[in-house]
Order: sequence, then C-alpha cells, then structure tokens
Amino acid sequence: MNETAVARETEAPPAPPIDLGRVRWIGFWTIVLREYGRIIRIWGQTLVPSAVTATLYFVIFGSLIGRRVGQMGGFDYMQYIAPGLIMMSVITNSYANVVSSFFGAKFGKHVEELLVAPLPNWIIVAGYVVGGMVRGIAVGTVVTIVSLLFTHLHVHHVFIIMGAVLLTSMVFSLGGFINAVFAKNFDQVNWIPNFVLTPLTYFGGVFYSISLLPEWAQKLSLANPILHMVNAFRYGFLGVSDVDVVRAFVIMIVAAAVLFTFAVVVMNRGTGIRD
Amino acid sequence: MHALSVRGLTKTYRNGVQALKGIDLDVEEGDFFALLGPNGAGKTTLIGIVTSLVNKTGGQVRVFGYDIDRELEAAKSCIGVVPQELNFNQFETPETIVVNQAGFYGIPRRVARQRAEKYLKQLQLWDKRDKMARGLSGGMKRRLMIARALMHEPRLLILDEPTAGVDIEIRRSMWDFLREINAQGTTIILTTHYLEEAETLCRNIAIIDGGRIAERDRMSSLLRKLHTETFVLNLRNAVSAAPRLDGYAVTLVDDHTLEVEVTREQNLNDIFSRLSALGIEVLSMRNKVNRLEEIFMRLVEGKGANGAAEAAGVNEAAAARRRGGMR
Ligand SMILES: Nc1ncnc2c1ncn2[C@@H]1O[C@H](COP(=O)(O)OP(=O)(O)OP(=O)(O)O)[C@@H](O)[C@H]1O
Ligand SMILES: [Mg+2]
Repeated sequence: MNETAVARETEAPPAPPIDLGRVRWIGFWTIVLREYGRIIRIWGQTLVPSAVTATLYFVIFGSLIGRRVGQMGGFDYMQYIAPGLIMMSVITNSYANVVSSFFGAKFGKHVEELLVAPLPNWIIVAGYVVGGMVRGIAVGTVVTIVSLLFTHLHVHHVFIIMGAVLLTSMVFSLGGFINAVFAKNFDQVNWIPNFVLTPLTYFGGVFYSISLLPEWAQKLSLANPILHMVNAFRYGFLGVSDVDVVRAFVIMIVAAAVLFTFAVVVMNRGTGIRD
Repeated sequence: MHALSVRGLTKTYRNGVQALKGIDLDVEEGDFFALLGPNGAGKTTLIGIVTSLVNKTGGQVRVFGYDIDRELEAAKSCIGVVPQELNFNQFETPETIVVNQAGFYGIPRRVARQRAEKYLKQLQLWDKRDKMARGLSGGMKRRLMIARALMHEPRLLILDEPTAGVDIEIRRSMWDFLREINAQGTTIILTTHYLEEAETLCRNIAIIDGGRIAERDRMSSLLRKLHTETFVLNLRNAVSAAPRLDGYAVTLVDDHTLEVEVTREQNLNDIFSRLSALGIEVLSMRNKVNRLEEIFMRLVEGKGANGAAEAAGVNEAAAARRRGGMR
C-alpha cells in the first residue's frame, strides 16, 4: 500500500473554493443514476411484474369480460381501460421504487453515504423522486406496448398524456419517499400500497366510468385524487373524462408541491434517519 | 486554522442517554489526532455529530471554520469519514460504491473513475472492483470504506476504529498509508482501541470518558506524565521468592519471571546492580503494558467502578492486569 501511496500528489490539499451549485447538480444526477442502476440490476423485480399483471388484466377484463361489457364512455371496453391500466402501473411502480429503495438504504445504513455528503435534503428527495419517475415511466411504457398488442390507442393530446404521467409519478414517488422515511420495518413499507393505494386505484376509475355509479358514490369518488389523475391521462388518449381536466392538473401540482415540501421538512428534522 | 473545533457539545439521545456532556476540543490542521475512550464513551456520537449523522443537542461545531449550523454543506465537503459500522450497499460493487460516493461530493464521473482506480489499487481492492461488496472479507470491507472516504480527497479524514478486525499485516500497511496521507497534509482523527496504534501514529490525543474529555495533550507530554512503569524481567535461573529490593515493589509471577514497579525518580541501573548483587541474572526485560495503555487505564479507572468495568473490555492485557490486583 505504501509504495503506491507515494503516487498521491505531494503538496497539501489546498482549500478549494466550494462550488455548491455544481456539487448539487452532480450529486443529484449521481442519485438518479444509482437509482437507474438499481432498476436495471433487479429488472426481474422492477420491470417485469407489472408487464405480466397488465397482460393478465388485458386478457381477462379486456378480451374475456370486456366483450360482454360492450361500450364504456363511448369506446370499447379494452380501449377504455388501457389508459387506466397504464396509469395504475405508473402509480404502483413509482411508489414501490422509492419506498423500497429508500427504506432499503435506511435499513442497510447506506443512506449515511448521502447524509454525510454536502447535499441539501431537497436534492436527496429530488434524486430519489426522479429515480421513482424513471421506473414509473419505464414500466408505463412497457405496459403501453403490451396494450398495443390488444387494442389501438389514439393520441388526443400528447402534452396532456405526458403532463399527467409525469405529475402522477412524481406525486407517488414522493408518497413512497415519505412512507420510507417513517417506516420502521418492512411491514410498514407494504402497508400503504396494499391497504391504501390499491383500493384507491381500483375505485379510481381505472375500470369504469363513475357515471355508472349512484350520485353519492360519484361525489365520494371525486375525493379520490387517483380518479382525477386517471381521467386526465385518459382524456389525453380518448378525449373523454369524468372530471374537469384543468382541475385534475391543479390537484396534481398542488399534491406534488405539498408532498415535496413535507418530505424535505421531515428530512431536515432527521425523522427516522438521524438520532 | 483548526481543522475541527468543538465547543460545549452535548448530546442526549431520545432514550435519555446523555452521551456527550459538554465537549470542548480543537484539532489543528495537519494533525494526526487520537480520540480514545472506553466502549460507550461517546466517540462515535461525537463523530456522528461532526459528520451530520447525529443531531446535536447543544453546542457548536466548526470544520475548517465552517459552522455546521450555518454552512453545513461547506463543512461536510471538507470531511471524509470511515464509520465504525459497515454502511455501504452490500449489493453494489466496490467500484460503483466509490464512484457514486465521489458523485455525492460533486466529483464528475470521469475524475471519479480515475480516482477509483487509484484508491482501490492503493487499498488492494482493485481486483475485486466488480464483485458484489457482500462477498468481500471483513478487512476488505473496512478498506473499501477507507477508499470511499478518500474519493473526494477530504482535508479532514475521520476514522472510527478503521483497524478493528484487520489482520496485522494489513494493519501495518494501513498505518503506513495513513501516515503518508497525513504527511501530504490531510488532517486525521482516529479512534481505536489498540493503544499501541494511537501511540505509534498520533501526535495529539484526547481521551473521552463518560461523555467528557478526561485528558487532552500532546502524545509525548502525556506519556511523560506516567509516574510509574511496570517492567517484566525474565530470569536465567529459577528463584523461589521475590527478592526484597528496598523502595521497589517486586512480585514473583513465576519462578523465572519478576515484575518490578519503577517510578520516574528511580532508575533501572540501580535495580540491575542490586539484582546482580543477589546473584540474579536478567535475560530480558519488557514493559508490562504499553505506556499509553497504562495512562489510559488510570484515567478511566479513576472514574469509579462503572468506568473500570467498561474499560475492562478495552484491552485484554489491561484487564488481566486489573484482575491480578496490581493496584
Ligand atoms: N442511537 C442511539 N440511541 C441511544 N443511545 C445511543 C445511541 N448510540 C449510542 N448511544 C449511547 O450513547 C453512549 C455513547 O455511545 P458511542 O457509540 O458514542 O460510544 P463509543 O465511544 O463510540 O463506544 P465504542 O468504543 O463502543 O464504539 C453509549 O451509552 C450508547 O449506549
Ligand atoms: Mg464507537
């Protein structure tokens, strides 16, 4: 060790001017790249399952049952549920990626690599969230390709599609991050996806138009943010929506801003990560 | 310029444990500094606060003049830390781990790759660079954490028991390596339970016990404070009882071994001539315990039964001495 150690520059390390902006930028991309590396490394857990599930949904609900359902919202059932299924995979995967990656980092203590680094907490949150969005959008793309095997998709408003998908995956990545910060064990990592996200998604207009529901149930459904996200996304494809699309975007933007602020605040307090 | 300056630092954990009870400490730039103390003394807590892994309860910390309350990012960018416990992702490869860590400190990838090669080679991990870190041996994992801490070439390197569980050969080469880095200007703070290591490497020392600084001195002047030393003498011929030497405490360990306590006012020539007069031939002689260890034990034992019980875990030789009822 010592022979090669001599190779190190011989003068004392100078006090370099610290360019914090540059450090943040590189730090942010390093987090994103690490998350991307993780998604690729364990692709069997990250990319494949949703593609399989989506295929099953298309076969069962689309082809088998859908034929008996007939029209929904003026489109054949398969076409109607395709945007919903894509959105469902985006939601699940964005959330799952961040909650398991960040909780894993806490559990394996390598979150300390980030805590000792000269990065503000908002960069750490942003890095993980973009990592979650990468996974959500990657899986969403895979499911879109699967859906094209079963049906054809119009593109009514491409920017609405992209905006809805980006904001939705951002919101649920943030949700996953906050879940991971508070989680003390693996049960608490699975709790929200199983008992909150799945029901909200199923009641979130993925499989049906809320116009089929009685009035009270329609009102109740409007309190479900996922309904707004799914419908905004579907509007981008089909041009039909159960909700006001502008209001849906306002809900998504506000939710993202509130969750981001909350995530940064809990990180600054050190909740669950610093004694 | 102080590499590290700590004032009135306190820490009370949520469970009520008061780990730090008001620490004042300065470490000069360029120093090789030993932070010693028995298990539970608060060393890791202190390091945790300096590196932002632990929230402080009160007090002030400055790193190269940057206050961690006001210029945290600047302070952090000066520090490289090798933690006591493993804290890298076991499923990543050494190269990924060190390159990413450099990225978190704002080192561009191209530079990070070059440095990864340099430091992984220096720490003899280059041929393991693309194996999963989980499969490294314990000593390799420690070296990986050293390489990782060096990637941004920090001005202050803090090592929390870097040589725990590392074999003798590697430990010696780590010493050379750390000396080299220190010679090039990096300030080093080291905690260790191998007091010989601290004595060999470090120029200044603080002993912390029960969350307080018990001693802070230059290594050389601290060692000079030792008033009595115990020597172990190996004899050529068997003796049946400890010889009586006026003014010296002599004990018989076995029929070929004596222990003699010598104060600084006394001298060895005197002992040897008196032993010769008694016809006792001394073959060889050594210090019973390392001198720093002697001071350490006195300091932490002086704190009462509790400190002593914990300190017993620190070093077997010292513990054995205590069991022997020497003092
Ligand atoms: N996360 C924690 N929560 C509660 N108490 C803690 C925590 N970490 C440490 N302590 C307590 O704080 C005290 C100081 O611990 P610390 O780890 O700083 O000691 P140390 O000097 O590093 O010991 P060692 O030589 O064993 O590494 C101990 O009493 C310990 O039990
Ligand atoms: Mg410790």
